Amino acid sequence: MFDSLTTATVAIAGAAYIVAALLFILSLGGLSKHETARTGIVYGIIGMAIALVATGVLVVRRTDWLGIVLLLVAVVIGGGIGLWRAARVQMTGMPQFIALLHSFVGLAAVLIGWNGYLQDGGIAANLIGIHHAEVFIGVFIGAVTFTGSIIAFLKLSARMPSAPLVLPGRNALNLGALVVFVGLTVWFVITPVLWLLIAVTALALLLGLHLVASIGGGDMPVVVSMLNSYSGWAAAASGFLLDNDLLIVTGALVGSSGAFLSYIMCQAMNRSFLSVIAGGFGIEAPTKGDEDLGEYHEIGVPETAQLLADARSVIITPGFGMAVAQAQYPVAELARILRARGIEVRFGIHPVAGRLPGHMNVLLAEAKVPYDIVLEMDEINDDFPHTSVVLVIGANDTVNPAAAEDPGSPIAGMPVLKVWEADEVIVFKRSMASGYAGVQNPLFYRDNTRMLFGDAKDRVEQIVHELGRLSPATAAGSSATG
Amino acid sequence: MPIGIIVESAPGETRVAATPSTVAQLIQLGYEVVVEKGAGAGSSFPDADYHAAGARLATKKAAWSSAIVLTVNAPTDAELAMLSQGAVLISWLSPGLNPKLVDKLVKLPITALAVDAVPRISRAQSMDVLSSTANIAGYRAVIEAANAFGRFFTGQVTAAGKVPPAKVLVAGVGVAGLAAIGAASSLGAIVRATDPRPEVAEQVSSIGGSYLPVEVGEKMESSDGYAKVTSEAYDKRAAELYSEQARDVDIIITTANIPGRAAPRLITKADVASMRSGSVIVDLAAGNGGNVEGTVPGEKIVTRNGVTIIGYTDLARRLPAQASQLYGQNLVNLMKLLTPGKDGALVLDLDDVVQRAITVARNGEKLWPPPPVQVSAAPAAASAAGAAAAAAPAKRRGIPRAARLALTAVGILALFAIVAIAPAPLPQHITVFVLAIVVGFYVIGKVNHALHTPLMSVTNAISGIVVVGALVQIAAGDPLTRAISVVAVLLTSINIFGGFAVTRRMLRMFSKG
Repeated sequence: MFDSLTTATVAIAGAAYIVAALLFILSLGGLSKHETARTGIVYGIIGMAIALVATGVLVVRRTDWLGIVLLLVAVVIGGGIGLWRAARVQMTGMPQFIALLHSFVGLAAVLIGWNGYLQDGGIAANLIGIHHAEVFIGVFIGAVTFTGSIIAFLKLSARMPSAPLVLPGRNALNLGALVVFVGLTVWFVITPVLWLLIAVTALALLLGLHLVASIGGGDMPVVVSMLNSYSGWAAAASGFLLDNDLLIVTGALVGSSGAFLSYIMCQAMNRSFLSVIAGGFGIEAPTKGDEDLGEYHEIGVPETAQLLADARSVIITPGFGMAVAQAQYPVAELARILRARGIEVRFGIHPVAGRLPGHMNVLLAEAKVPYDIVLEMDEINDDFPHTSVVLVIGANDTVNPAAAEDPGSPIAGMPVLKVWEADEVIVFKRSMASGYAGVQNPLFYRDNTRMLFGDAKDRVEQIVHELGRLSPATAAGSSATG
Repeated sequence: MPIGIIVESAPGETRVAATPSTVAQLIQLGYEVVVEKGAGAGSSFPDADYHAAGARLATKKAAWSSAIVLTVNAPTDAELAMLSQGAVLISWLSPGLNPKLVDKLVKLPITALAVDAVPRISRAQSMDVLSSTANIAGYRAVIEAANAFGRFFTGQVTAAGKVPPAKVLVAGVGVAGLAAIGAASSLGAIVRATDPRPEVAEQVSSIGGSYLPVEVGEKMESSDGYAKVTSEAYDKRAAELYSEQARDVDIIITTANIPGRAAPRLITKADVASMRSGSVIVDLAAGNGGNVEGTVPGEKIVTRNGVTIIGYTDLARRLPAQASQLYGQNLVNLMKLLTPGKDGALVLDLDDVVQRAITVARNGEKLWPPPPVQVSAAPAAASAAGAAAAAAPAKRRGIPRAARLALTAVGILALFAIVAIAPAPLPQHITVFVLAIVVGFYVIGKVNHALHTPLMSVTNAISGIVVVGALVQIAAGDPLTRAISVVAVLLTSINIFGGFAVTRRMLRMFSKG
């Protein structure tokens, strides 16, 4: 059915795909540094444009006017929605936005798989079995990604409680689903009938649902990057199905990148990937909450402001609580004021702070905090002993000394920010409730820790205000030096 | 409340209990500070600096009659008489060695806190004057040794020939020992160290020394952070080790002190006699009986075979400004603990382990000796509780190494089998797939943590490439396939455009300060 011109187009499209794949690799490579990140995006966009144009030409050659119209309409509508949402999304809402995008890739993979089944003419007889297996695998991974991402989206946007769903024998359920999937695949390869495809789609949808529902809110950074990985594998499966190397390369890139991110997150929590996926971190934690840790000391806003004004160096360690309270702007303002006073201000970010890998960095960047004072845990952990004041804003488990000191603690061995080594630690907290992991935090009861209760945003704004009132006394000094 | 800082009357004392910088911190805690004129002279802190830091300069009497008095040495009887009723005396009292002094303090009556009795728990480290002093002594011991040693510490190759580096042996790796190892190795010497506690080996290597273990079947554990008395078999092997080392090294610094007992004899007369002429020994335990046979406390002597033995007991006083600063800072940290309100009011809380441990007397009530505090400097894994905890992470690791290797082998074999038997286009796809995964891992591995969120959104956009698949399927004539494809194209377009746009938006926000 192809004339010679179309054959040439196919060859040109193949070459374009290779170029696009290379550009995608360059794009990911560019993202490794702040300086090259924007160039990286440009590479990615060019790669995508080349791939789309090449495919577009290929499609135009083969289809009628209706196909072209449908294509354009779908791309314009989809692109419009994408651009509109991308411009509107709050940075605090980034995790759910990304989870939602993952679900689209998953669903698209399912649809492509179905199409692959419905329209399988022109495939050589010896390949038909493989083709069917590919359909099955693509649909399965896509469907798991789809419902998993939807659940993650619901949990992250608080439309659904983030507590883990605990069904009896949930590990058996997950494993059982996998076994059934393998069985169905074999069956489908032998007798490809529609109801089997429907069955596997339903099975995978349920599995994705259960898999993510049984993982708690604090493990979300791992879940989101894991789903990122799945969406990549789904794309790669579609590539196998459609005989398209570009999809395979891209899918593998995305898949391995997501897997690598999940690995980093798991390391930061000192847990194995399997135990996160199996869920239930909050449950195995023995409730040692009744243990007497001593008394905590409260502090007020004026004293905090005074302490900061007198400090030599300040480290701010934000956590998910800062995102919840939308406190990043006042926090950035506080950092700016303190820096103007000649005080060294830095941020210490734990790898799993927030609900998305790198979430805190994005929030702080949004609030115009320069990225060179935002440091990783490993870069800043040795500096706490020489720090006058540490502000812990909405972080809890990531600054828990029990992880380093109490071998019996459920989070023992997890690398944490050693804030307690600083002269003074001020913890912003709504109440004395324990953190996500359900583990008591002895930090709050240390002699050099002061608790500042209340909404983090209000409190930080009040401190900024208070520092403004204090300024006449010390402003002279800072203006002399600055 | 006023805090008095006085001129130390002990003979040879050069230190002072507060420096201008610690005075400023005491004032921040809400106290008024009264400094006797000339208090800092021995440590090169002029009165004017104290005044500038906010202290009031006063006579001896005025300083001693303050509500709180900080001193370095235990006061004499005449000085005790100058204290006001109910005063708080914070000083290096050595209550364990001076029962008479304790009785006097109780009788006065005053409240007396012995800073040298701070327990060795991590919370109290910042107030541990023994550590501060030992640190200075260890450093100064190296300086004294270098002074008496007629050669370079560091090895050099010069036009006039090659100079070998000095070999230094440090016996006892406590705070003083570690300071000595650090100072000697930074001067360029080859440093070896011995200690009955094998857990210090890492600390020794971390500051440039090498640890010489005494190989016997026994292991030392310490429940209070100090070394304990060793067994006979151990001592025998240790003695051999010291004899071997004495013949080899140029400098020996001994720091072995056991609390409440005479210092152990580590280096015998025979060992000293076996050393080369010009070698130097510094005995930091000289005041406590000495680790070296022949040490004269407070003196520097030269043996008949030309070995210098330094038995100074005032090493800390030989670095007065530094010693005063560290001691003063320890006292500030103690005052922080004692001033919970930061309002210049001293509150003694005897339920607190640290405060209980240092309180010798409280207004006529004798509180010495305090109940023991059990802490361990050894890693917890050595204890029984730690063993259970050590088992837990092992379990958490999950798959053992052999199983992991087996799994990897099975995976590779499976891959091999699939590629070998699969028909035409599949092996090529698998090759591309596997290589792309490897490329992905290497590319992503270098990504900065701060850029993980943009990375995820851009991979999201890129995985929208499945649009290519959907586009190709649109071309098919079948209406159902077409409809499904249109939906898929629409969804993936959201991904592509949304993903790139939001990534650009995020990256624009990142700015350098």
